[in-house]
Amino acid sequence: MITEDQSSQAVAEILGRYKKEKKNLIPLLQEVQTRLGYLPRKALKEIADFLKMPAVEVWGVATFYNQFRFVPLGKYHTTVCMGTACHLAGGRLILEALERELGIKVGETAEDGNFSLGRVACIGCCMLAPVVVIKDKIHPKMTPFKVEEALIPYNQEARGESIEGKTKSKG
Amino acid sequence: MTFQEITNKAKSEWEALQRGSYIVIGTATCGRAAGALDVVDAFNKELGRRGLEVPIIKVGCTGLCYADPFVTISKPGSLRVAYANVTQDTVPRLVEGYVAGDDPCLELALGTVEGGGRETIVIPELPRFERELRLILRHCGYIDPENISHYIANGGYGGLEKALRMSPEKVIAEVEKSGLRGRGGAGFPAHRKWELCRKAGSTLKYVICNADEGDPGAFMDRVVLESDPHQVIEGMIIAGYAIGAEQGYIYVRSEYPLAIERIQIALRQAKELGFLGDNILGSDFGFQIEIAAGAGAFVSGEETALIAAVEGRMSTPRPRPPYPAESGLWGKPTLLNNVKTLGYVPLIIERGGDWFGSIGTEGSKGTAMFTLAGKVVNSGLAEVPMGTTLRELVYDIGGGIAKDKQFKAVQIGGPSGGCLSETLLDIPIDYDSLREAGSMMGSGGMIVMDEDNCMVDAARFFLDFSTKESCGLCTMCRLGTMQMLHILEDITAGRGKIEDLDVLLALAEDVKMGSLCGLGKTAPNPVLTTLRYFRDEYEAHILEKRCPARVCPELTVYYILPDKCDRACEHCVLTCPTEAIKGEKGEVKIIDQEKCSKCGTCLEVCPPEYNAVVKLSPVSLLPSSNSLAKEAKK
Repeated sequence: MITEDQSSQAVAEILGRYKKEKKNLIPLLQEVQTRLGYLPRKALKEIADFLKMPAVEVWGVATFYNQFRFVPLGKYHTTVCMGTACHLAGGRLILEALERELGIKVGETAEDGNFSLGRVACIGCCMLAPVVVIKDKIHPKMTPFKVEEALIPYNQEARGESIEGKTKSKG
Repeated sequence: MTFQEITNKAKSEWEALQRGSYIVIGTATCGRAAGALDVVDAFNKELGRRGLEVPIIKVGCTGLCYADPFVTISKPGSLRVAYANVTQDTVPRLVEGYVAGDDPCLELALGTVEGGGRETIVIPELPRFERELRLILRHCGYIDPENISHYIANGGYGGLEKALRMSPEKVIAEVEKSGLRGRGGAGFPAHRKWELCRKAGSTLKYVICNADEGDPGAFMDRVVLESDPHQVIEGMIIAGYAIGAEQGYIYVRSEYPLAIERIQIALRQAKELGFLGDNILGSDFGFQIEIAAGAGAFVSGEETALIAAVEGRMSTPRPRPPYPAESGLWGKPTLLNNVKTLGYVPLIIERGGDWFGSIGTEGSKGTAMFTLAGKVVNSGLAEVPMGTTLRELVYDIGGGIAKDKQFKAVQIGGPSGGCLSETLLDIPIDYDSLREAGSMMGSGGMIVMDEDNCMVDAARFFLDFSTKESCGLCTMCRLGTMQMLHILEDITAGRGKIEDLDVLLALAEDVKMGSLCGLGKTAPNPVLTTLRYFRDEYEAHILEKRCPARVCPELTVYYILPDKCDRACEHCVLTCPTEAIKGEKGEVKIIDQEKCSKCGTCLEVCPPEYNAVVKLSPVSLLPSSNSLAKEAKK
């Protein structure tokens, strides 16, 4: 987890590279989100101050677009494609299977911070429908049964790391 | 360097490549999703192991997405052979057989590749190439999109060089002669926008390329930008010259990171060679292009909303006039064209407007590009002359319906388009015929549906999308679509009333009338066309509580046929995620309907030799013997 100070530092560094022009608002939001993984309220305020815009206007723009998130994502962010081809091939069943397997709903992040679940309108891989993207890797032609299989390596990795984490804190 | 010198250098580089063997691998997003990068690694490893120095060219997509990962091996003096669905495991065989040896591995081959150069490549073994005419796609999957020399060696930037020797008025006249209409959906004649911008009295003007391909199920723009970005850049520069603009923006979805990366590389290379910047190719004309990465909003595809997004605001449309050609980005005259519209421009200038005008139909010139997805055998991209019929596209190019299922509908134009039934398969593809049928060309996404797809559910899906993506500005679009969605949800859940259909029709008219932009005006189309061509399905849902395609979960149940169930097999019992299936080994398995989540896993895992799991609709078809499930639970 990034501390608030680190986050402010990162935002300041990014702001330093931009001109104070309103047209830079969306690129700024995109870059800050790429760096921090989401848009903390404080960062939005800092961007508003930098561009000399009312914070509410920045909030309006940030909440208008689908790309922006206001909660941190899990380590393995999972998105289900909800495009037409994926829908017709059973995308809804895949989404339900993931919600069941991960124990979270769309838009949520699991308590342990490992998985988060989102939906995307279309990633343009329609011939592989239905698709799921787990941590930037595309899993093609999913079925509810294959969802379970696809999650296994990530779950293993997550468990492996948390065990390591425990031994470290002990030592 | 003069243009001649640049071309000569590019050509000698290209010819040097042709003199040896080389391997071409499709690595657009679609190829990558199918594992193309693993195949690249496997080739590198195998070539390294054998000490072979054969270049690997990473290209975009040939449009044969179903064949990904798609590999072509070229050998001087031998056939160029294409291989479909290559895996890491088949790579050693290909290297041993055809890279190192002379065995073309025919058992793995899809066909031979012919053509190329300034024309498109052709795989004569595939009948689809008889139907296709590839203009925008001509270089896709053939040249390295990250190497500008490949584009130049195959005729690239020749249109720009020619345009700069013409007057801007002459360039616009050539576009007019071509009859080119905007490929973004509405089909507005391109030259009229260009002329308006040219005549607008301002020294500051802009060109914007609309690459905000938000239609779910369409990916032409992505493929073009990932496979041959320079033709779009060249088109933009020519447009800038014609209207008198010095600055261009490409507005591209951030969901397309590879497209953005390849445009960035292309822009840098074009600048290095003097196709961008000041005094382009020694002329007085200067032009710059920047990328504006969209943050995800379907409405941004509308031109005034897109301008708002580039300006850094909420992407909401505004009333027109004034049109962007008069007052657009920051109040300046702005030319907004789609990726494909701009992609045609270099060819039109180079080969002449008359040449382009000779392709297609009376009112729709040139080619149409479609993504074929859904239940067709060969999904991917196709480019055909305007006037080709839907049947030719679905059957000759798409290979018909997969798994011997029955064709039901083809959906064109995404959430703004409509579902057309089998009786309309013989209409020609052009702007006017599609509009008459209640659909529209849209961005060119084409989704084929079969007997297993529910048309009410499809309409509900698109309306759900439009509701989520409505920017909220117009009441009818914001709330009217919501009301329509609620009605459709009721119908798919078996709570519909027959009078709902009239309410839907009335609301659809209101939403069309009461919305400012294309999103709202066209949002009712999927409902209107499904009601027009598939009213019987709506009636079945309402009157019989039956979903004919057995898709809508509330109207469908899963049932295990007792005489088909193997009894000894426990696949369904072990995999059911909600533990809804009961039955000891040796007993018939029974689904507890109260626990069943209708996920379909049992249907998927039941071995094909039994095929014991079926879906039933209406729910009342469930035999009373299934009530045993309750006893089993006890």
